[in-house]
Amino acid sequence: MPVSLVLEQLLNGLQFGLMLFLLSAGLTLVLGMMDVVNLAQGSLYMLGAYFAATLAAATGSFWAGLVGAVLATALVALLLEASVLRRVYGADHLTQVLATFALILVFNEAVRALWGPQALLLSVPPELARPVTLLPGLSYSAYRLTVIGAGALLAVGMFLFIHRTRVGMWVRAGASNRRMAQAMGVPIRRVFTGVFVTGAALSAVAGALLGPIFAVQVGMGEDVLILAFVAIVIGGIGSVKGSLVGSLLVGVVDTAGRAFLPSAFGLLFAPEVASNLGPTVASVLIYLLMAVVLFVRPRGLFPVHG
Amino acid sequence: MVVVLASSLLVSGMAGGQARTLRVGFVSTLSGGGAALGQDVLDAFQLAVRHLGGRLGGLPVEVLTADDQLNPDVARAAVERFLRRDRVDLVTGIIFSNVLLAVGDLVFSSGVFYISPNAGPSEYAGEQCNLHFLNVAWQNDNMHEAMGHYATLKNYETAFILAPNYPAGRDALAGFKRFYKGRVVSEVYTRLGQLDYSAEIAQIRAARPRAVYAFYPGAMGVNFIKQYAEAGLMQQVQLLVPGFSADADVIRAVGKPMVGVFNSSHWALELFNPINRRFVEDFRRSYGRIPTLYAAQGYDTALAIDHGLRAVAGDLGRKAEFRKAILSGFDSTRGRVRFSKNGYPIQDYYLRQVVELPNGEIVNRLRGTIFRNHGDAYVEKCRLP
Repeated sequence: MPVSLVLEQLLNGLQFGLMLFLLSAGLTLVLGMMDVVNLAQGSLYMLGAYFAATLAAATGSFWAGLVGAVLATALVALLLEASVLRRVYGADHLTQVLATFALILVFNEAVRALWGPQALLLSVPPELARPVTLLPGLSYSAYRLTVIGAGALLAVGMFLFIHRTRVGMWVRAGASNRRMAQAMGVPIRRVFTGVFVTGAALSAVAGALLGPIFAVQVGMGEDVLILAFVAIVIGGIGSVKGSLVGSLLVGVVDTAGRAFLPSAFGLLFAPEVASNLGPTVASVLIYLLMAVVLFVRPRGLFPVHG
Repeated sequence: MVVVLASSLLVSGMAGGQARTLRVGFVSTLSGGGAALGQDVLDAFQLAVRHLGGRLGGLPVEVLTADDQLNPDVARAAVERFLRRDRVDLVTGIIFSNVLLAVGDLVFSSGVFYISPNAGPSEYAGEQCNLHFLNVAWQNDNMHEAMGHYATLKNYETAFILAPNYPAGRDALAGFKRFYKGRVVSEVYTRLGQLDYSAEIAQIRAARPRAVYAFYPGAMGVNFIKQYAEAGLMQQVQLLVPGFSADADVIRAVGKPMVGVFNSSHWALELFNPINRRFVEDFRRSYGRIPTLYAAQGYDTALAIDHGLRAVAGDLGRKAEFRKAILSGFDSTRGRVRFSKNGYPIQDYYLRQVVELPNGEIVNRLRGTIFRNHGDAYVEKCRLP
């Protein structure tokens, strides 16, 4: 197997994993700090992509679309937190799941009504719509490299913020023990609002950056939401580090499974069996990974709660 | 969540007022990545009904529509409602073969005809062929057989082939391989609805084949071709696709990187016959976009139903005669189309290429004929008379 192929697949996995991280970081903090299961995180990702596509078409600039989408989605998140989520803090998980699942339906139908059922077109910015030669025999899409760069930058930024600032310390305190943090004078409500809006903004970044690679369409959030949940469960709920590691694991394992499993099965089984088994096993591989991680470490790789 | 919209097209009270209404149950993919396909078929079907004066076979028409969301369960519920509550006379509209296979038995066992504007699974062409099933488009393998034959003619010694992992995907690659005499270096099946093909594109780059054959309908095709071009493979490995992956909808979404792609089709924009010219002109005028082959199939579906109903004077109870009238041939956007006994067409398949016109418009141009009077590979197994 050529080295360049392995490297390219690794880049693909990294790119997917980093985008997943942007989604799962918000999800894990909301779940860890406030014990709120927010299924609508995927809808915010979808909104980000739709805002980006609309604004990019209106302004003619992908980057203007990206910035506008982040601001618009953050504003929606602010309203959402004040109007719906604030009412389900402390409620049992079933209530939260019902409320946020209802939000998914509302957002999907609203997007369908506003933008129509057909997928929107969001193109790669022209200056990045070309391959770049990284090594002899390994060229890679310039856009995907940019996505990796942006994802890595945001991950580092998140990390510094959480571990090197006072507000970040509050966030960590809230995630590890909300009541104690509150008793020690951490303004948990305001911190939480900030965390929720930041999480939504990160989801919007992911939606806008993935828009040109995936399709901008109704229901795009649900597929990716499931993967984000897998990532935070693997990483340990409430831990940003865990969600980063979990997301990268999911990204790399999923890509590697699709890339190498079918040919590996080709060596072991008859072609008809392999061509059936390969894609099937590849699509459940990340769930197998999650099962194994939970079996060995039931609270995920980086448990937070004391 | 299925919204059933009763769109009464034209129920004009004719003299006598007793004219029975023909109720058509139209279930199709109208949201998500396949929405453009369903919408094209529906728009063209309604255009044909308008061209026929709001009637099919002399009967006023009522078209009931439902969105299957590319989900077999949703489609079953919609079809059940059409059959039980709305008592439709005909069902049509389905794009995807996995959806059709989930509802076919339900329709046939109710004694209702299903006239397929698109999905043409091998199951219904062979042993499970049914009196109540007709397909006015093609059998799933056909377009791919044509491209396999073309790849052989062009002497591409090696090919890398890909399709989604669902019945039509497997039919597609089986069809390609049936007529391709070179060596298939890799045969890849991806998840239906997958949108990121980076892993597969890396494999293609590593395998260095002479040609790539990819069957990806709807948004999957848009994404695959876009990503193929962004990876810089367009100049290195000849990309071959079936006609529906290079039609107006995909060209609109992908743009310039598509120029040069070869594809097969049973229909083309510039086919020279009065029906096609009227269809293409009025479709552009009515909907403001260039029609795709899906649209042509939707239009033809209405023409076929009209032709069959005329032969039985609007009486769908005369099933054998209705079927026979369509099987013996009707005039469509691709000229006269005849059928095999399994209800699948025998027709010509053309080679098309995506080109850029001097005015900057990107269109799919007719380049030649690959097959003449081509039927399907399963008809022998069908035991209908």
